[in-house]
Amino acid sequence: MKPLFTLLILLTAALVLASILTGPAGIDGLAGLKALILGGDGPVPIVMQEIRLPRAILGLAIGAGLGLTGAALQGYLRNPLAEPGLIGVSGMAALGAVIAIQTGLSVTAPLALPLAALTGAAIGVGLLMALAGPRGGSVTLILAGVAISALAGAGVTLVLNLSPNPYAANEIVFWLMGSLADRSILHVALAVPPMALGAVLVWTTRRGLDALTLGESAAGSMGVSAGGLRWRLVAGVALIVGPATAVAGAIGFVGLVVPHVLRPFVGARPSVLLPASALGGAVLLLAADIAVRLILPERDLKLGVLTAIVGAPLFLHLIWKTRSGGRV
Amino acid sequence: MLLAAPGQLVSVTALAQNPEMSAMAEEALAYPANHARAEEIYLLRPDLVLAGEYSTGPTVAMLRRLGVRVEVLPPAESIPAIRDQITHIGTLLDREAEAADLLARFDTDLKAATEHRDRGRAALYYANSFTSGGDTLAGTIVTAAGFRNIADDYGIRFTSPLPLELLVMSRPDRLITGAKWPGQSRSEAILDHPALAMLSPEKSEVTDADWVCGTPAVLNAIRSLE
Repeated sequence: MKPLFTLLILLTAALVLASILTGPAGIDGLAGLKALILGGDGPVPIVMQEIRLPRAILGLAIGAGLGLTGAALQGYLRNPLAEPGLIGVSGMAALGAVIAIQTGLSVTAPLALPLAALTGAAIGVGLLMALAGPRGGSVTLILAGVAISALAGAGVTLVLNLSPNPYAANEIVFWLMGSLADRSILHVALAVPPMALGAVLVWTTRRGLDALTLGESAAGSMGVSAGGLRWRLVAGVALIVGPATAVAGAIGFVGLVVPHVLRPFVGARPSVLLPASALGGAVLLLAADIAVRLILPERDLKLGVLTAIVGAPLFLHLIWKTRSGGRV
Repeated sequence: MLLAAPGQLVSVTALAQNPEMSAMAEEALAYPANHARAEEIYLLRPDLVLAGEYSTGPTVAMLRRLGVRVEVLPPAESIPAIRDQITHIGTLLDREAEAADLLARFDTDLKAATEHRDRGRAALYYANSFTSGGDTLAGTIVTAAGFRNIADDYGIRFTSPLPLELLVMSRPDRLITGAKWPGQSRSEAILDHPALAMLSPEKSEVTDADWVCGTPAVLNAIRSLE
């Protein structure tokens, strides 16, 4: 267990550093770091502090958040297909964010943006749990997710097409695929505090999730309150996915791939899988964000494209295993 | 509108009446508007239709098939192109004398507006991180006003995206941003990025209707960069 966490922490730290040092401006590494920490005059500190640092922080926080929520949802629903992007929670958060932006609410009160996205995410995850239930099979879960995703996607498209702004319709891609390009420190300030609160809430569910692996009645007899667990999870997931989507769009598959890859190393214990998945999610998203800047630097390739290329084949593989009998 | 004889112009496109995009929106309100649909234009029975290159191909083809004379004008992206366009439209409208007159006034005003020393470096920045180079109208205006366009540093001739980092690194003295459209959009949020505010060039401007089309109105745009 120990070596895995050491490795993940080292990888995360290295990727944060790499993210800060990657960019089109071609700033020398040491000079860039000096400008980042000490500031100074000229354009280099502006680039490092105002453009690259927020991007690295958001990559770290959003990746960790998505990995954590994926692991928590999979633990609670006891279904490896649960993932905020796939089941429509990110989509509903995007719908909330789009409504906040297009009604002008986000201009009058900056906090309205994460709050609206959070509300959207909460409705999404609440709806899903009501539809699929705590013991919902894979099919019910995925069907409910497909329906919620489709509804949210249609809502986003409708709102953006109704906008009088000529650029709005092009932004559908951003909301469906996600990107961290040119986010500012203001976005960090808006998104990271609620995400931290959500992470704490999800973290408190770890013992309950452990007990739940033995079955609901066993968990009940161990003093785990089913209702309390559910509400902490809904609130925690909404607090993480909502603000994350509000600033970076809906980035899919991170919460699916990461717990799946890490589960064999930690044994099927949610209490260990949660922190491991958070670190793994940060590693995956930071790596993907560095890759989009290296592969097509001038095109703003969307992050969700890369995560889907990695994640969708795995998703198909999981469906294949479900189909051939036995639970995955 | 600058060249036609009274009664010669029967209709203008609705875009000409939009103050966000047209330098002569007020004057244009005096004419009936059309929405560039073949049916409504045919019913006006014009002898000549002046279409832009951005007009939809099928509409132009349909009008020609119905026997209407359609002249497609390319957008004028440089000072010589604007001069050619004035002469060309004058010929089409049988108003050569008026065109020569307008051209003479344009040349005088242009000379007065462009007598500048080098005034430093300027950057054009629009929604979605786009910038314009020397082969565009906006680039022409910036150069005519005596600025060096930072797009040249990166080999940008036309309009293409420029990462925010590179814009900051080039340290322009002037920042000229695109106008904001009604409604909200993420694409335009880039113009509010704190890094642009920290760059603090001496002054920043916003492009308006005078920047959209290659007409004598570009002189106003050049003067506005004082």
